[in-house]
Amino acid sequence: MVLLRKYLPHLVLALGAIPMLLPFYWMLLTSFRSPAEIFDVSLWPIPKNFDAVENYARAAGQVPMARFMLNGVIVCLGILIAQVLTAVPAAYALAKLRFPARKLMLSLVIAALCIPMQALALPLYVGLAKTDLLNTYFAMMSPFFLSVFAIFLFHQSFRSYPDEIIEAARIDGFSEMEICWGLVLRGSLPSLAAFAVFSLVAHWNDLYWPMIVVTDTNLAPPPLGMLFFSDVESGANYGALMAGATIITAPMVVCFLFARKHFIAGLTMTGVK
Amino acid sequence: MQPQSLQLSGIRKGFGADDVLKEIDLSVRPGEFLSLVGMSGCGKSTLLRIMAGLETPDSGTVSIGSRDVTNVDPSDRDLAMVFQSYALYPHMSVRQNIATPLRMRNLSLGARLPLIGRMTAKASVLSKIDAAVNEAADVLQIGHLLDRKPAQLSGGQRQRVALARALVRSPAAFLMDEPLSNLDAKLRAHMREELSGLHRRLGATFIYVTHDQIEAMTMSDRIALMSSGRIEQLGTPDELYQQPATVTVARFIGTPSINLLPVEIDASGRVMALGRPLGVSVPARYAGPAMLGIRAEDLRPAAGGFAVKVLRSETYGADRYVTGHLADDQAVCIVMRQAAGDPIAVNGEGLSHLVFPEQRAHLFGADGNRIETTVPARIAI
Repeated sequence: MVLLRKYLPHLVLALGAIPMLLPFYWMLLTSFRSPAEIFDVSLWPIPKNFDAVENYARAAGQVPMARFMLNGVIVCLGILIAQVLTAVPAAYALAKLRFPARKLMLSLVIAALCIPMQALALPLYVGLAKTDLLNTYFAMMSPFFLSVFAIFLFHQSFRSYPDEIIEAARIDGFSEMEICWGLVLRGSLPSLAAFAVFSLVAHWNDLYWPMIVVTDTNLAPPPLGMLFFSDVESGANYGALMAGATIITAPMVVCFLFARKHFIAGLTMTGVK
Repeated sequence: MQPQSLQLSGIRKGFGADDVLKEIDLSVRPGEFLSLVGMSGCGKSTLLRIMAGLETPDSGTVSIGSRDVTNVDPSDRDLAMVFQSYALYPHMSVRQNIATPLRMRNLSLGARLPLIGRMTAKASVLSKIDAAVNEAADVLQIGHLLDRKPAQLSGGQRQRVALARALVRSPAAFLMDEPLSNLDAKLRAHMREELSGLHRRLGATFIYVTHDQIEAMTMSDRIALMSSGRIEQLGTPDELYQQPATVTVARFIGTPSINLLPVEIDASGRVMALGRPLGVSVPARYAGPAMLGIRAEDLRPAAGGFAVKVLRSETYGADRYVTGHLADDQAVCIVMRQAAGDPIAVNGEGLSHLVFPEQRAHLFGADGNRIETTVPARIAI
């Protein structure tokens, strides 16, 4: 009985994890299989012909995979850095400073959370086209420089930072920026980790926006590159395609595993979800 | 740094519709230990925060020494503040916490940066800071804790670190916002002594906010008792106890609380208590209802006194508190303090008759203000 009570939750969670992990397993499996076995529905892990080497070589060799990855890193880091630089001071001001219309601005931030990216796509595209900025890294990054989600997440976390420490810092002679970056953000590192995972994953995997503003293969981030790849290959070689997908998914999994502890702390602490 | 005086004049502050502070004038002498005491919500913490520069008054001026600092930033007022929650920087070691006020003052922004700072900061300045940190740690006996983080310290140790951080740079005055209220009772009594000792040794100006009248009575040179945004009385602990200016002060100061009886002043200025005249007189203009305050230790049982129904008695070693209510009016609670060996003198109906020296009675008018009484010569002898 005690054993049951101890392991039942684990069992339920494990059952829930299976449908979540199945697509990844399928992707990995397909990337090992030979073209003949691709449409085999069996989940048996050992393929009759082990074609992993060929599939991965093809995925890495046929298209400039390294270039796609580098583009992904540039775009994701550029977005993340700009988001943190803008959201942290904004969240600090909303959480800890007193000024007129503070509540109104916070409501605007929350309202802005409800606006989907797709609604803004057209005006942003027209703007970038008029300023002749299509087909640049800037075009891929700029719509995401201001993240209301980041402002909201940091606001929730900064709010719980003790006011007395901020006041002690003011008496000791810290500037507001030093308080914001050196004390308050420092006390919210789990939120920063959580947000970094959210942002990196979202923009690494983003296909929609790069597809709109980038046509140059040399600028394509991984998902768009995969799309070009599948076009080139006319979609026939699923093994190689899945090998490519595995390669571009791996960094995100590693990134999550590194930040996992902070990520979970960041979410449970701030009451988001 | 010489201890500085601190003056407040005409300070007003409101939050929304409420006036938290109404025209406060207060002058703190150099080197004095002054307590701001009152119930929660009386405005004492707001007043302290205005001195520190953490709040801006709606009107009025704050000056330190002869310098008007009303519009000066908190960091430029040369004050140190100790907070109720200690407000230590959580990611810094104790040593870094204590050094911070000096680093912020004596090092440039570049020299304060984590890595580059090491190389650019002047060695002479750094060694001076180190020496000051060690000295402050010695004064508060926390030398062995210098490399720990605040989270690894007990409440009492954090309190000492907060004090060390305040005194490391010899400020013009120390501001303390209920620094002992998060400690347990025994440690609080101990820290009270230490704070008094520290004040004597440093000779610095201390401004101390508390809701605990015992802290205020035991440590202060002077007490400012506040109530609903006003200073009710400013004086030495003895003055507040012996000559309370208002009924609020009388109620707040002293354990057990002062006994308050409703009395009537007649047209000739005689004070009628419980249907009989009291041996004191007041100017006739005070005619009307009033309150009579008698300290618990001024009561003693004697024939011919007013009748009190005794409910219980509690012995505290040498002392005994006898609690009851007036035989004629159950709503009026009476507490008598006497030596544990003295008789309570309860008769068969559970009544005790109590008397008090009339010159020790405090009389308060209907507006709560003290009325000076004159005792006719024959009774005073």
